[in-house]
This record gives sequence, C-alpha cells and structure tokens, in this order.
Amino acid sequence: MSDPMEFLLWVKGPMFELALTIFGIGLAARIVEIFLLGRKPNYAKPRRGELAPGFRTLISRTVADPGTFARAPFDVVVGLVWHLGFLIALLLFIPHIELINSLLGLAWPGLPNPLVDAVTAVTILSLIAVLIHRITHPVKKYISTFEDYLIWVATFLPLITGYLAYHRLINPYPLILGLHILCVEIFLILLPFTKLTHIFTAFIARWYTGATFGRKGVVS
Amino acid sequence: MTALSLDRGLAALRDEIDAPVAAFFSSCVHCGLCAQACPFYIETGDPKYTPILKVEPLRLLWEQELSLWGRLKAMLGIGRKVTDEMLEEWEPLLYDSCTMCGRCSMVCPVGNDIQSMVRKTREGMVASGHAPAGLIEASARAIRTGSPMGLTWKTLEAQIKHVESSSGLEVPVDREGVEYLALLSSMEVINFPEYLEAITRIFHHAGVTWTLSKDYFEATNAGVQIGSRDIAAELVQRIVDAAVGLRVQGVISPECGHAYTAVRWEGPNLIEKPYPFEVLHIIELLDKLRAEGRLKTSGKVTDRLSMHDPCNLARKSGVIDQQRNLMDLVAENFVDLKEHGRFQWCCGAGGGVSSNERADELRMAAFKRKKAQIEEIEPDRMVTMCATCRTQLEEGLEEFNMDIPVVGLTEIIADHLVEKGKPA
Repeated sequence: MSDPMEFLLWVKGPMFELALTIFGIGLAARIVEIFLLGRKPNYAKPRRGELAPGFRTLISRTVADPGTFARAPFDVVVGLVWHLGFLIALLLFIPHIELINSLLGLAWPGLPNPLVDAVTAVTILSLIAVLIHRITHPVKKYISTFEDYLIWVATFLPLITGYLAYHRLINPYPLILGLHILCVEIFLILLPFTKLTHIFTAFIARWYTGATFGRKGVVS
Repeated sequence: MTALSLDRGLAALRDEIDAPVAAFFSSCVHCGLCAQACPFYIETGDPKYTPILKVEPLRLLWEQELSLWGRLKAMLGIGRKVTDEMLEEWEPLLYDSCTMCGRCSMVCPVGNDIQSMVRKTREGMVASGHAPAGLIEASARAIRTGSPMGLTWKTLEAQIKHVESSSGLEVPVDREGVEYLALLSSMEVINFPEYLEAITRIFHHAGVTWTLSKDYFEATNAGVQIGSRDIAAELVQRIVDAAVGLRVQGVISPECGHAYTAVRWEGPNLIEKPYPFEVLHIIELLDKLRAEGRLKTSGKVTDRLSMHDPCNLARKSGVIDQQRNLMDLVAENFVDLKEHGRFQWCCGAGGGVSSNERADELRMAAFKRKKAQIEEIEPDRMVTMCATCRTQLEEGLEEFNMDIPVVGLTEIIADHLVEKGKPA
C-alpha cells in the first residue's frame, strides 16, 4: 500500500465495510443491552403520562437552564458550538451528502462549501479550547480519564484531516483524503466501545429522565 | 437477615441496575456540569464532590458485568473492581456530601438522573455494611419504636392534650371512615408543635374529617434515606396498614419533604402494589381546599417574605404552584428567591445528611448556597414547608448571625383563618 491511490481504495473499500460492520453490530449490541435491562413496574399513581415529558426533555436538555449558563458559560456556549459545528460539517457538506446518498439513497440540500469550511474552522478551534479547558478546569481535570482524551482525539482527527484535505494542504490528495476517511473509520469503530455512544444513548437517557420527572408532574 | 458483606452489597447494586442506569452511564462524557449544580461542590470547591463521581461503584459494576466493552475487559482480567476498600472510601461521598436533592439530575446535558443513582447506590452501601452510624441508629429506632427519634405515642398524646386545650378543638384519634389520616414527623412534633394545632384548626374550619392513628403516626422513612428497601418497605407497610385499618380515603404527609416522596412515589413500589387511597402533602391539600373555596382567610402579613422550596416537594414531586397560591392568600409582600421551584437550591440537610453527625460541617458548608440566595433577596422572614429544611434554615441563619425567622406555611394559613360565625 505504498501507493496513495491504493491506500485510498482500501479505506474506501474493505476498511470502510469493516468499520461500518463493527459500528453497526457494536452499536446495536449496546442499545439492546440497555433495553434488555428493562425497568421495574411503577405502582405509584402518576400525575401525568411519561411519553410527552420524555420527548420534551429529549429536546430541552440541548439548551442549559439560565443558572447553569451563568455558572458555566464556557461549557454551555463552546459545547453547543462545537457539537453543532460537527453536525454541520458531517451532514451539510455536499460531498458527504453525496456519499450518504450513494449508500442509503437519502439526500438533502447542503450548505455552500466556504460556509462549511468556516464552520469547520470554528469547530476545530472550539475543540482545542475544550481540550485546554479539560486539562485546566479543576472539576474536569479531576474526573477525566484516558477515555475522555481518547474520544477527544477520535473526534478531532476527522475534522482536522477533513479540513486539510479540503484545502489540499497535504499532497498527494488521495493520501490526505484516505487519511480523513480512515480517521472517520476509527471514530466509527471506537464509538460502540467508548462514551462516544452518548451520541445515541443520551437521547435514551434524556427520555427516561424526562419520563421520570414527568410522571411526578415536573418539567425537566 | 444475613450478615452484611461485599457480596450482598454487590448483589444489591446489581439488582438496582436497570435500563435507565445503563443509558445514563453509557452517556456521561465527564463534562462536569453536575458539579455546578451541587451545593457541596460549589461551596467547598472540592472536585471530589462532583455528583457523577459519587456513583462510581454503581458504574464500575455496570461496566464490568453489563456492558459489552467492560465484559471484554473483565474477561481479560483488566479494570478496577468494586471492593470493600472502595466502598469505604465512597461512604462519605454518598452520604455526607449528597442530600439527593436532584439538582444535578435537572441540569445534566445528556439527561442523567444522577440523584436516582445515588439512591440506588446507597442500597449497595447498606447491604455491604458501609452506611453511617447516625443513619443506622435512626433506622433501627424507626423499626423498633416507629420513630427515627424514638418518639412515643405518650409524648404525642401530651402534645395532643395541649393542642386541644389551647384550640378548644378535638384532635381526632383512631376515627374510622374519615377522609384523611394525618401523619406527623417526629422532628415536627419535637421542634414545631405548632403544626399539629395549625392543621387541627384548618381542618375544623374547612370541614375536613380526619384522624391520627395511635398505631402509627410517623411519616418519615429512614429506610429511604439510608438506602434499604427492606426497612423502607416495612415502614411504608405500617402506614398502609393504619390507613386501610381506619378506612380513610387519603393519607396526608406533614411538612416534610422526604416523607412525602417516600410515601407518595417510592412507597407503592416498595410494597409492590398500588395503594387503595390517595397521598397528599399537606400543602397540596391546603391548595385543594383553597381552590374549592373552603379556606376563608382574612388579613395579610405585610413584611417581606420569601420561600424555600423543599427539594423533595418541588423538584422531586412537582408541588411548586400550590405553595405560591397559598402565599398569595396571606402575604402581601412575597418575593421568590431567584432560582426557585424546580431549580431551587437545597438547604443542605436532606437525604439523611442531618441524621449523620459526621456530616455536620459539610451540611453547614452546603447551606452557604442557600444563604447566598437569601442574601440576594433580603427577606424579613423565610417560609418553608419541611421540618428538616426549617431546622436547617434556622440553624444556618443563626450560625451566620442573620436575623431572619423561619415559619411553616401551614401555620401562617392557620393564623389567618376567619373564625366561624364571625364576618370576614
């Protein structure tokens, strides 16, 4: 695989399939192992149903309450910015949409390339700031584990390689494009085995909490 | 009961892990925002009080036994195990520095209900023999005497006589077929005897039929605080037996937060069946009477009043508007604390912290959050509706030389009732 073109074909071919398989089976296993645990029956007379409050909280936790915002503005703002930036770069970059279309037959309008480029730059800078914050903030420093830094790297690499590839900053192009795809594959492979699962399980967690509070008549 | 051991503790933890717990642990990205919701972290600045870390024993067990990657690691013999030493180290984190106020559960961006996991982890602590002495004693007294403070019917009887002579009204005891069985908390009986007189007068005024039970008058549940389903279920069953025996339609929790959540939300699950009666906090009942036009009051207090929402009542039970409706009835100059209702700050004493002497210093540290909130508003008096909160507020305000009396809402209402036969 000394030839960059050969490398690109490998990451787009067998490696991509392997990564998707590990991601798909792994994630399914993680979700199934959560739901298999179930919940004990609740005999307390509810004030309200669980369904609607669960879905409300599923959305509402995206934005912090005013008090938390005042106490931790960096977390709230930068956290939201880089998550949104990551999603925009992933889902609204036209070549990504074309790839998803070729795989799933689903397509939607994208954003102009220069806009996605600017968003990506902001996201990269935000992620660097987030890392510095993790290393320096007393709580984050204290509670962070190897895994927290590992998933930071796994999240950062697809963005930075994508940025380098788009700007043709590394030559030959097939090499940096191949590296970008490989980094995404590493992200996909790590996802089911690390707290990157929160991308999916956070919505389950939010629903349960919204439901628990909701049945007691509390908006959460 | 078999001897307490690590094995029993691990079994208890295992039994507590359900789908929400697995979803919560799968989702935590160590953002640390839960620390910003915790009075114990905020007022000490010590990151070891970060709420999600307090449930680390539960997380470790879940990871090792119930998660894909953890099971792979366990097979390879890597990864930390839950040991007696670990549980010993975690005991003060789970009991001294957490009131289970649930504020962290309200702000976690991935939606983790951390408070519920502290409650669950305490089950494993009790079963493995790692609960604080103060709570063990309170639980033992509750099982043995019916009261966590060892209060007997005789003491209560003396108080009943006193209330009857001062109000000229009868305090009904063991009256069958009435609407409500009223429960009391020992702390209330000892510290705030005015509550019993207040409900006696209000119920007479509103035409509510009610009774106390000689068999069981205690509302609080030391089992829920220490984290023992066995003890908690036994205490709830005594309430159910008393209520069913007297054929009441409802049970009234007194001005106590955890007593209400214990009997209202946990109770039916502890005894594994629904109740044949309803459960109301006294504040819910008073607001219901108000809405039905059965509370006739006259005059309003004019000094500046603010209110402390008990966590168990507001954030954990959805009783938020009721106390404000009642305040409107009797107070002219009521101002809410800035963060109130579901986002209120804990007084620092709930969840068994006040029964655990070892935690006294931390309890006062956590109170500083409440103190700061009160200082922002500068009220003449504070109003609340939980005997534990009230005791903590009184003690804390005195500690910091703040001359702000604390009153129970039920008493204020009782003080403003229009006497029967007299025009308003």
